[in-house]
Amino acid sequence: MSEEVKKSEPLFSKKNKKLITDPLNKINPVTIQVLGICSALAVTVQMDNAIVMSIAVTFVLFFGNMLISMMRNLIPGRIRIIVQLVVVASLVIVVDQVLKAFVYDVSKQLSVFVGLIITNCIIMGRLEAFALGNKPWPSILDGIGNGLGYGLVLVIVAFFKELLGSGTLTFPGIGKLTIIPEAMYTAGYMDNGLFLLPPSSLIIVAIYIWVQKFRNPELIEA
Amino acid sequence: MEYINIFIRSAFIDNMIFTFFFGMCSYLAVSKTVKTAVGLGSAVIFVLLVTIPINYLLETFVLKEGALSWMGEEYATMDLSFLSFIMFIAVIASIVQLVEMLVEKFSPALYGALGIFLPLIAVNCAILGGALFMQQKQFANVGQATVYGLGSGFGWFIAIVLIAAIREKIKYSHVPAPLKGVGMAFILTGLMGLAFLGFLGFEL
Repeated sequence: MSEEVKKSEPLFSKKNKKLITDPLNKINPVTIQVLGICSALAVTVQMDNAIVMSIAVTFVLFFGNMLISMMRNLIPGRIRIIVQLVVVASLVIVVDQVLKAFVYDVSKQLSVFVGLIITNCIIMGRLEAFALGNKPWPSILDGIGNGLGYGLVLVIVAFFKELLGSGTLTFPGIGKLTIIPEAMYTAGYMDNGLFLLPPSSLIIVAIYIWVQKFRNPELIEA
Repeated sequence: MEYINIFIRSAFIDNMIFTFFFGMCSYLAVSKTVKTAVGLGSAVIFVLLVTIPINYLLETFVLKEGALSWMGEEYATMDLSFLSFIMFIAVIASIVQLVEMLVEKFSPALYGALGIFLPLIAVNCAILGGALFMQQKQFANVGQATVYGLGSGFGWFIAIVLIAAIREKIKYSHVPAPLKGVGMAFILTGLMGLAFLGFLGFEL
């Protein structure tokens, strides 16, 4: 695609805009391409974890795509995986140190999943499939788009898990907000603890896929 | 006894797929037939068994706070643990490459079975996740870490073989069209995860 992007093209041409909007729905990295599932499912017990994780992944995708795309003509083909891993691992160390310094609680809850951004298939996939063959600017947009697509799924899953599981929503910087009113509990409503357990995120993602494919029939697998 | 406990705990209670979703990408991508699932599952056991002890030694003698004290007094207070991500992934990538070459040289039959899966494994989160959890759990010696690697690999193996067997059968069932393929695999994994929750609190 990069060959067709001319210098005179505006920064946000139609094609470049599609790089950002397509990953939100039609080629969503999590639900359609089925990449980067492990962290998407595991950090969704609270909204703030999901939001911080999405920002971290978007950051790594943004800079990883940019750096690899700038170096794409210098990297020998045979060792490209190692080069990509080193670039990504260095970025993740930066993210990890920043999280530890500024949002220590969230960083504790995310535990190993910050480190696992290194092996997040979305990042390796985008570096391999897009950044290695495209100029820096489209690669940056592609990174942002995929990061947002990933974040969208994370936030939606976390929203349902936290709301139904503990009746609260936690936002970074704001703290825990109780959403279900006290009157509901006195009337006999109970939080569904099942939604706090790992398997429920799988079911929620499956329902998300169901709705998404129902609305976009061309995505249905034969 | 400690060893059996670690094995059971890592294989069933803290199962990599059902509790932590480690390695879900390859788990969903390669679980269409039982045969390939067995291939990838064995490769994961193998690589975990090799990399976890090596990463354990790296952690104890290089990265941990005070781990460098064997080099002399002035190194005793050094803490290199912020380097662990890049060191672990470098070890994993090079070990996988080395294992691939060794297997190709000495056991062509095994290479035929595992060969194509080995490069995939370098970027499988199960391997790095195993190493990072090993770091968190602070095992007492290298034997415990090895058993932990074996147990987690075994848990991953069971999970992928089970889902592959179910997916082979479910092809012939009447599934709502938008759920076909990945959607159904998610639901199945969720149900299996619920079943595996039955191991919770199981203590030897």
